[in-house]
Amino acid sequence: MGMSQKYLIYLGCAIPYRVSSYEISARKVLDKLGVELVEMPEFNCCGLPLEPLSHELMLTLSARNLAIAEKVGLNILTLCPGCAGTLKKTGKILKENKVLREEINRHLKEDGLEFKGNIEVKHISQILIEDVGLDNIKKTIVRPLRGLRVAGHSGCHLSRPKKYIGFEDPENPRALKMLISITGAKPIEYAGETECCGSTIAAIDDKISLSLVREKLLHVKEAGADALITVCPACHIMYDANQLRVEKMFGEKYDIPVLHYTQLLGLAMGMQPEDLGFEELRVKPTKILERV
Amino acid sequence: MSKAVGEESVSAYSKIDPKFRYEVTKMPGGEKLLQCFQCGTCTSDCPIARFSDKYRPRKIIRMAQLGLREKVLSSDFLWLCASCFTCTDRCPQGVEVASVIRVLKNMAVMEGRIPEVYRVLLGTLVKTGYIYEIPESRIKRREALGLPPLPKVNIEGLNKILRNIGVEKFLGGEPKKGGEAKVWV
Repeated sequence: MGMSQKYLIYLGCAIPYRVSSYEISARKVLDKLGVELVEMPEFNCCGLPLEPLSHELMLTLSARNLAIAEKVGLNILTLCPGCAGTLKKTGKILKENKVLREEINRHLKEDGLEFKGNIEVKHISQILIEDVGLDNIKKTIVRPLRGLRVAGHSGCHLSRPKKYIGFEDPENPRALKMLISITGAKPIEYAGETECCGSTIAAIDDKISLSLVREKLLHVKEAGADALITVCPACHIMYDANQLRVEKMFGEKYDIPVLHYTQLLGLAMGMQPEDLGFEELRVKPTKILERV
Repeated sequence: MSKAVGEESVSAYSKIDPKFRYEVTKMPGGEKLLQCFQCGTCTSDCPIARFSDKYRPRKIIRMAQLGLREKVLSSDFLWLCASCFTCTDRCPQGVEVASVIRVLKNMAVMEGRIPEVYRVLLGTLVKTGYIYEIPESRIKRREALGLPPLPKVNIEGLNKILRNIGVEKFLGGEPKKGGEAKVWV
């Protein structure tokens, strides 16, 4: 680590809307690790959910965020892999394509902004591994979660599309497993580990997306995991907030607690569940907390 | 008795727009459409295709190559792509399958074919800067949870930009009320 790190925190839409537990726990563990966060002023949606409407709209929304960060002069940290991926993708596309960059900058000019392309964007997982470093995280572990067996779900957008993300191998994701291992918990293997949570089409066809959720939860249960660990607010909503609905829909019982990785890390750092947003979780992680 | 030889295919050809494929390849993300040799890796690895009989990325790509414009752009199946990008990353021909499908969605949108949920999301964006309307109670609760205040979006500035793009053409007038997703999204 050496010198202290400072980033603009970009929250996106889903987290302030309904995933406070992720934000609470992320801020706590980053603070413990000496990572300084500056609130990103005036940010808007990253554009990912609106790309089906218009690629140009997505690029412009992303570029506006990047231009604001450039004005502040700090790199961006996101908690949502979708936001990180979209901002990364836009940065790369606009840096490589001058015609498109000029077109998008014409839009931004209306608000006195300009995209220049000198900001780096990373998801918290990437920052923990590349900037903070596993060794430094290890030093903060005071309560190793030995005996806990958890299933990691990295989610699609942490590494796909590969061409734009440049972090992690989408076919054999290892980052989350490494991050889980340093907490003392055991990252277990399970079937369909890289499968999508279905969140992006939940409003178009809930039967399909909830079938994906069911499949994931069945695989995780079959593998005997104590919990499912996510690093994405959208995946978390699908597996936690929708779990009861899926149980009713299919007449099954899963009872799989779904924790944000930052909650797991916080526990291992010796923090109290109530300080890590545990009470916000829909599926109560009672059994895990009894064992910690 | 039976149809004359070729009668059926002639009527099928009449629905073909031979220039459609070039419209797609001109769009960012659609460039490699013609490289697809129909191996089917995309469909066999697609998480959605496993749970839907309607959604087949390989077929969508073929339809676009053939120029079945109306059939593709008016379809419901186009909107089932979850943008997981598994197909894009695994395509042996380097076709950005999910991006080609996104290009097709964007083209459908330009013809006014927009699923209601996207009108709702865009309507909220224009109003708040976010795709969700974050309730006042949530914003206030942040303090109790020990979270810093949520930065305010400069709506006026954002809307100047959005007007310049011309987003009102996607909204089709006033954003409609309702359309709230049944599932927590």
